Amino acid sequence: MKNVVIKTDKLTKKFGDFIATDAITFEVYEGEIFGFLGANGAGKTTAMRMLCGLSIPTSGGATIAGFDIYKEAEKIKANIGYMSQKFSLYEDLTVIENIRFFGGVYGLSDKEIKEKSDDLIDLLGLKEESKKLVGSLPLGWKQKLAFSVAIIHDPKIVFLDEPTGGVDPVTRRQFWDLIYEASNRGITIFVTTHYMDEAEYCNRISMMVDGEMKALDTPTNLKKTYNAASMDEVFFELARGAKRQAD
Amino acid sequence: MRTLLFLLRKEFKQIFRNKSLLPMIFAMPLIQLVVMPLAADYEIKNINISIVDHDRSPYSQQLISKITASGYFVLADFGDSFDAAFQQIEEEKSDLILEIPAGFERNLVRDKREKLFIAVNAINGTKANLGGAYLNQIIQNYNAEVRLEWINPARFNTIPQVEVASSNWFNPFMNYRFFMVPGILAFLVTMVAAYMSALNIVKEKEVGTIEQINVTPIKKYQFILGKLIPFWIIGVVIFSIGLFFVSRILYGIVPIGSVFLLYGFLAIYLVALLGLGLLISTYSDTQQQAMSVAFFIMMIFLLMSGLFTPIDSMPEWAQIVAYSNPLTYFIEVMRMVMLKGSGFLDIARHLLVMIGFAIFFNTWAVLNYHKST
Repeated sequence: MKNVVIKTDKLTKKFGDFIATDAITFEVYEGEIFGFLGANGAGKTTAMRMLCGLSIPTSGGATIAGFDIYKEAEKIKANIGYMSQKFSLYEDLTVIENIRFFGGVYGLSDKEIKEKSDDLIDLLGLKEESKKLVGSLPLGWKQKLAFSVAIIHDPKIVFLDEPTGGVDPVTRRQFWDLIYEASNRGITIFVTTHYMDEAEYCNRISMMVDGEMKALDTPTNLKKTYNAASMDEVFFELARGAKRQAD
Repeated sequence: MRTLLFLLRKEFKQIFRNKSLLPMIFAMPLIQLVVMPLAADYEIKNINISIVDHDRSPYSQQLISKITASGYFVLADFGDSFDAAFQQIEEEKSDLILEIPAGFERNLVRDKREKLFIAVNAINGTKANLGGAYLNQIIQNYNAEVRLEWINPARFNTIPQVEVASSNWFNPFMNYRFFMVPGILAFLVTMVAAYMSALNIVKEKEVGTIEQINVTPIKKYQFILGKLIPFWIIGVVIFSIGLFFVSRILYGIVPIGSVFLLYGFLAIYLVALLGLGLLISTYSDTQQQAMSVAFFIMMIFLLMSGLFTPIDSMPEWAQIVAYSNPLTYFIEVMRMVMLKGSGFLDIARHLLVMIGFAIFFNTWAVLNYHKST
């Protein structure tokens, strides 16, 4: 029996008449890499923001790490990490200052912060840059740093919203190494992406089309079901019916 | 508590690292405090006067020399044609015309009365008003002198005369700067507190870092305190520099009342204004929006606070606005304590009102600040 860490029940978000996320119901198991796919504007980010407690659902419910998103939002926050589409470390703080700040607000002790920051800087090979302002780093490094900071407090789940957008293939590969490394430590990964090769790396994949969840299975099974040779074809098959204009 | 320390450390690092913001926070208000009181002076000097003297008699000479010796007037033109003098007004070379009619001396001696004519360029209302009033006063003085010359000492007591002797309290030399400096200092502290705090919070929204903060277990009050405390401290520092260095050393204004009382009021005032800044930030998504709103509010604060114009002479609706303006109270308290030496009881009402403002703005802002949407 696998432990369920994310469980949603008809989770819905409306903005006026527009239904961004339409009654999605799914489960994510502990330790898995869960790919959350869909065209632009399909409602992925909205769904993710609700799961992180940044956005209040219009209806439906969800539990994250065993906590209710309505009643225990603050407890959820101590147990998740989040990396948004927009780069969101402080560009006017140095690498080490960012690590210390986020370590501090997640309640790590000074000793833990010290160890964590040494480990992180080693792991990311940022020794030379640790005293540089984050704003001066190349995008790929920023993204890797943002990911590392998002999991600095060893959360149960980490939500990644298009973490590799605009990053070169080599860095993308390194980024996924980091994801695997985190996954091996038992952190559940919830990731959205537009790269179908990345989708293949996931344990299970869901496909959002027009705010609804159209498919949910392992990459292998999905390809079998849609009789497709690659995830690309699966994506086209499903997204073709979309009525929403991509932005 | 520990979280708050991390937030404060981050905030101070960012503020002191921001090379464009730092001068704006510290240097700008102080430069303004040095420069503005020198310019914002209602005592009008150098009023250009054109005198048209049709009489050219010893009496008219005496009047003219009295006017030019007063120090308020500069003789721009002297002649015997009103049209030529009016030309001067049209060319903005002159602010006033005094016309002395032909036979001024003769009529004055024979009929014991004569009329003078003053024409004022009223485009700049303040200058015209004051210029006219000064001139009137000089002529009255002149009149009194002339009268005195003629009165037979023996009959002295038969003419009843009321003389007014006035004394200027709290600012004996009517130094306009004594009146302006405390008010301008109050306004500058207001600017820094409301403006900077609003912009700072909105910047996090604009850049997107606030999202990252909102997914952490940082509590709402911690984030807000983390934002307000640095600007509270900056506000106190700027006030102190303004009070002890600029106002005291440069202008020689030594507060007569208790400095602690000023600081006590400042402490609450800053809480109120930071609350206003926070409130503006909760309604804005971009720094541009916040700036526009803050600018609008600051203009109203500035013009309807009694800083430049007395509140008592405003229309009733404007007085209501002025008394809904926290800056009004701060300026009043500054002037009362610094110039008059008012004590705690004198400003107790102001203090209560300010506590009200502080609670009002902050409650509203906190209620309107959401970690999630």
